[in-house]
Amino acid sequence: MKYVAPSSVEEAASLLSSSPSAQVFAGATDVVPQIRAGRPAPDVLVDLKKIKELVALNSDGEKWTVGAATPTAYLTEDEAFSHEFPGLSEAAGLIGSDQIQNRSSLGGNLCNASPAADSVPAMVVNEVRAVVAGPNGTRVLDVSEVVTGPGQTALDDDEFIVEFEIDKMPSRSGDAYLRMIPRTEMDIAVVGAGARVTLADDGSIEQAVLALGAVAPTVVRIPDAEQALVGSTADEETLNAVAAAASEACDPIDDKRGTVEYRKQVAGVLAKRAVVIAIERAEQRNGKN
Amino acid sequence: MPRTHITTVINGDETEFLTEDSTSLLNALRDDVGLTGAKEGCGTGDCGACSILVDDRVNCACLMFAPEADGTVIVTVEGLADSGELHPLQQCFLEGAALQCGICTPGFLMAAKALLDKNPDPTETEIRYALAGNLCRCTGYDKIIRAVQEAAREMRGQ
Repeated sequence: MKYVAPSSVEEAASLLSSSPSAQVFAGATDVVPQIRAGRPAPDVLVDLKKIKELVALNSDGEKWTVGAATPTAYLTEDEAFSHEFPGLSEAAGLIGSDQIQNRSSLGGNLCNASPAADSVPAMVVNEVRAVVAGPNGTRVLDVSEVVTGPGQTALDDDEFIVEFEIDKMPSRSGDAYLRMIPRTEMDIAVVGAGARVTLADDGSIEQAVLALGAVAPTVVRIPDAEQALVGSTADEETLNAVAAAASEACDPIDDKRGTVEYRKQVAGVLAKRAVVIAIERAEQRNGKN
Repeated sequence: MPRTHITTVINGDETEFLTEDSTSLLNALRDDVGLTGAKEGCGTGDCGACSILVDDRVNCACLMFAPEADGTVIVTVEGLADSGELHPLQQCFLEGAALQCGICTPGFLMAAKALLDKNPDPTETEIRYALAGNLCRCTGYDKIIRAVQEAAREMRGQ
């Protein structure tokens, strides 16, 4: 196995297209355990962290740009980012330990394509876009389009994510992400639920996006819950409809972390709670900040 | 197998070593540099026994490929003591019996140092979260938490 650390996106793209079994990596927090568990090691490992724009977190006032290999710790440490996107920041802060968060990245969390990846529901509800580089330049995909199944992505073998674009949080909007695990830290989601809402001037919900992780082969949106919320004030009856729609949207597996029945039940509870938190945050962002 | 030449600063000293690309930084530190303080527990980033500081951030050395260390500044547990005098964390672990078998201790010390470097007065909850990536099968954690609290107090001059 050969290690290479290109210094530009173009160099990385040409390395990938010239060696068929080359694989990109950022923090290697999934790659190393997978190789140790017996997955064949690639001939060439392409380290993306020496490419400047891949390790960067910036806002131009209209949108945030997060380099695909940026340690997730940056997303919890940056006060402006975590103030604007507390849900996405908290999701990043749930991935493993401090040791892991100093290495793990949004690009890796997404492209590892685990159904339980914590950052993905939080990115989906914020309608984050992925800028993908390949031999013929770049293309832009919605994060919700990237993962096609467990361990499977829509990226070609010679493509990789350069950065994520996140439009600035509008006023009277807020996001939230909640995760259920049987312990406090360091576990894989049994269920994850992300929510983002925008409130109208009269306090009713103008827009809502909800997404669940770890309950289906990929992260799933909950259109029925979103429709129930729009125009409402998220009263008890609406929230119960949200919970029911969330449970209904699940297609989970039975495993040691939870049964199908348990995951469906918890998905409903978490979706409801995430909506409530997102609304509280939206009320606090009254246009002044 | 061709070996790659790595230049780094380890515990304050410019250090060069040769390594195979597939070698973990942990194995390079232990076998090529001769620093055996960092330990391999799980080898998959779960247990934290191999924790070291890389450019001031705590990392699992087992999850890093050795060539990634080129150009970085590394601190291992061997770099904690100053001219033979133990670091307050080491002294407090010793006095508070915050270790039994000792395999996890170098990792706990480095994770605790990373915490105290950026937060000199952490709450117990903050300490527990900062050490969540380090596993100890002997102590039950309580004495480790107390030792970190005591070291933090000493380092603040209280």
